[in-house]
Amino acid sequence: MSSDPLAAARPAVELAGITKRFPGVVANHDVCLTVEPGTVHAIVGENGAGKSTLMKILYGMQQPDEGTIKVNGQEVTFRTPSDAIAAGIGMVHQHFMLADNFTVLENIVLGAEPGQFGILDTRQARERIKALAAGHGLQVGPDRLVEDLGVGDRQRVEILKVLYRGARILILDEPTAVLVPQEVDELFETLRELKAGGLTVIFISHKLDEVLNIADAITVIRRGTTVASVDPREVTARQLAELMVGSELPTPETRESTVTDTVMLKVSGLTMEADGHRPIPKGASVSAYADRLRAEGRRLLLDDVSFEIHQGEILGIAGVEGNGQSELIEAIMGMRPAHGDLALGGEDIASWSTLKRRESGIGYIPEDRHRQGLLLEASLWENRVLGHQTRPPARSGIWINRRASKADTERIVKDYDVRTPSVDTLALALSGGNQQKLIVGREMSSEPTFLIAAHPTRGVDVGAQAAIWDHLRNARAAGLAVLLISADLDELIGLSDTLHVIYKGRLVARLDPSDVTPERLGGYMTGAITGTEET
Amino acid sequence: MPAGLFRALLTVAGAVAAIVVAIAISSVAILAAGASPMQAFAAFFDFGETERSVVNGIATMLNRSVPLFIAGLAVAIGFRMNLFNIGVEGQYKIAAVCAAYVGSLFVAPAPIQILVIIVVAAAVGGLYALIPAVMKVTRGVNEVISTIMLNYIAIQLAAFLVRGPFTGQRTEGQLTTNTPLLPESAWFPNLNVLFEMFGLPAPRGGGLWGFLVVAILLGVGLWVLLERTRFGFDVKASGLNPSAALASGVNPKKMVISAMVLSGAIAGLIGLPEILGDKHTFGSNFTPGLGFLGIAVALLGRNKPAGIAVAALLFGFLDRAQGPLQFASVPPSVIMIMQGAIVLLVVIANEITSRIAMRREERRAAQQLGRNTPVEVAA
Repeated sequence: MSSDPLAAARPAVELAGITKRFPGVVANHDVCLTVEPGTVHAIVGENGAGKSTLMKILYGMQQPDEGTIKVNGQEVTFRTPSDAIAAGIGMVHQHFMLADNFTVLENIVLGAEPGQFGILDTRQARERIKALAAGHGLQVGPDRLVEDLGVGDRQRVEILKVLYRGARILILDEPTAVLVPQEVDELFETLRELKAGGLTVIFISHKLDEVLNIADAITVIRRGTTVASVDPREVTARQLAELMVGSELPTPETRESTVTDTVMLKVSGLTMEADGHRPIPKGASVSAYADRLRAEGRRLLLDDVSFEIHQGEILGIAGVEGNGQSELIEAIMGMRPAHGDLALGGEDIASWSTLKRRESGIGYIPEDRHRQGLLLEASLWENRVLGHQTRPPARSGIWINRRASKADTERIVKDYDVRTPSVDTLALALSGGNQQKLIVGREMSSEPTFLIAAHPTRGVDVGAQAAIWDHLRNARAAGLAVLLISADLDELIGLSDTLHVIYKGRLVARLDPSDVTPERLGGYMTGAITGTEET
Repeated sequence: MPAGLFRALLTVAGAVAAIVVAIAISSVAILAAGASPMQAFAAFFDFGETERSVVNGIATMLNRSVPLFIAGLAVAIGFRMNLFNIGVEGQYKIAAVCAAYVGSLFVAPAPIQILVIIVVAAAVGGLYALIPAVMKVTRGVNEVISTIMLNYIAIQLAAFLVRGPFTGQRTEGQLTTNTPLLPESAWFPNLNVLFEMFGLPAPRGGGLWGFLVVAILLGVGLWVLLERTRFGFDVKASGLNPSAALASGVNPKKMVISAMVLSGAIAGLIGLPEILGDKHTFGSNFTPGLGFLGIAVALLGRNKPAGIAVAALLFGFLDRAQGPLQFASVPPSVIMIMQGAIVLLVVIANEITSRIAMRREERRAAQQLGRNTPVEVAA
């Protein structure tokens, strides 16, 4: 593809003085960014630095309060993503937006269906997709169902979808967050092909080694503004990190081991069926029943999961999202029925309700705080009561003890450095990091003996991340047993005493976090390396 | 200004704006019907010349408001946890016919007689609401559909019962059928003494229904239950965020059943003000539609007992004008247009005001924090 020489001289994207205020926060201020055509331009910054907001502005999902956007030298105003698409900008979201029960082809044409009089012209669509796929090294069978595809293939479908709409400038929002190292390499191969085809790629990430590997230019965002534009050949990962954080980097590393001999949580033979829970026939054991299900070819969300967590131990579960982590949590919390045995401190809790499990000392930091952890439209003190409505100080008799709840919320606000005007503020007014600190404080307040921490630092700022890690470490030292589930491999390796890998509902490997690399972990997570290995 | 006060003022401002716009819309409708809007609105405030007619007007308005208030409370309990009990209509009909019949079977001292009737009404309403609740938790049947369907069954069943097994003596020339007349011990004393205290004449007919007192107690009790108790917290949590409620240990099935049964039990009381205070029987011409109006009243009152009281009074005030409107040669269906317009506009106004309140909350939080900490950025 030859590009017109004039266009080559003009930047593909030029942002000048972009400012975006949200109620309460300035998400972006005075952002300047110049992206040369035919390059991979990386935008790096911490979680919450304002990268996503900036890209939403460029993609027309949000309008800037100030500043100008130029695409190929022309000043533009995007009211909706359609305007951005018309200008040749496409976005691949961090969370895939695909219809699982549609084929690849149907997903790609969805919203831009070719054809006449409402009849879909599949032949034409198929030819264009084939041409695009061949031209950019994005091989995916157009007639396969998306639900059968792996994460890497799904991402290729997303990219094809964007190309199909005629995009010449691609925004990839944290594309590697859901990929394991091997898939990342494949993605980078694709990006190089796209670049060779004259396309411009804007690559958002906070993983510095990846950025240094792929980018032709790097712009660093910190606290909502662009702080530097650097050449990847002239900068080290360390320097980049300092630019990003502006201060010393926190590390998730735990110090000496505090693991004791006392088993706090014992999970054995935990099995969950994909198509609805059925009681085990009388007389059959869980393992025999699970064997039968496997023989019948049924899909199991959890397949014979067994492990023990001791007092003072953090057990990490690594895995690509959707391999049974959520189901494992739901089974332990009693939110979803499963087969198998669960014992907390020697007591069989398998038949207990969620409430009873919580009352007997299970704390839960949910993976999605907005969905499972908070009442956004309720005050902080009411959120303190949530999950503790049957225990003092929140409860006295049939009443909710408002005064004691408020007082205890004040304590959490102070001890956990939750930044809020008052405990009567609605939870939605707080930033993600502060919301998360409130949740951590709440779950710790009942002195749990066992804590489930699912993605405890997802989407929080650096300061909050370091604080939450500290709290987890201190609680561990005090004898708390923790089940840590995270997508952040550094966090997992750094905090865990023991590391298990979950793949398709099975614990496939048990690793020693002190001598495992993210690459090897990635191999287990995708099933590329098999076989249990005790190191 | 404290956030709570601000929110309350904003709500009131929103409601007032909604009512003003509703008046404008109704004016158009009145003009289209060929009448004068000024005359129509004058009719709403025309309580008559004499003291007696003013008293009658006020009693009519309050008597209309009491069942609407109870209906609003019944609907609001479900709404609080996103449970749409559309079946209040059927629940109160079936409860009323059963309570009126059971009450006519025996004679006991007044407090016991009345208490038994109230308990029967609440039990029947609650049991009838248990059906959709059980269907929802065991089979996942949407309660909107099941309660609507159960309404038809209840309405027809009540009509059958009053004509068949529960029917009483029909006087000569009477066109309606009724349950047997309640003994006098079941007649709820009226509150005409309130008027007499101010030297006003007593209203005609049944007077001011004494059930008003029960309704007020019910409203206060429900407020305490919803705002101060653990059960109320669970209801609120389930309504705001069902998955968070589940994760916090709230049993969603138990909540659906208890909220639905409570809603039905209160719905069962809707017919009692009229039965105990005035008609002393359930007849085939018993006031219909109170359950459906209850939905509008609950929406208007934002599912809060105090708001529902105001909404019920407003509806009672509008409904009272049936007669005066006809004298002013304005079609009384204007009332329904106004009620519909008000509900619709208040729902819109509520949405807008709650958004404004939340924005303000976010901004306030950020301002206070902005003073001593660097700006934190939302991703």
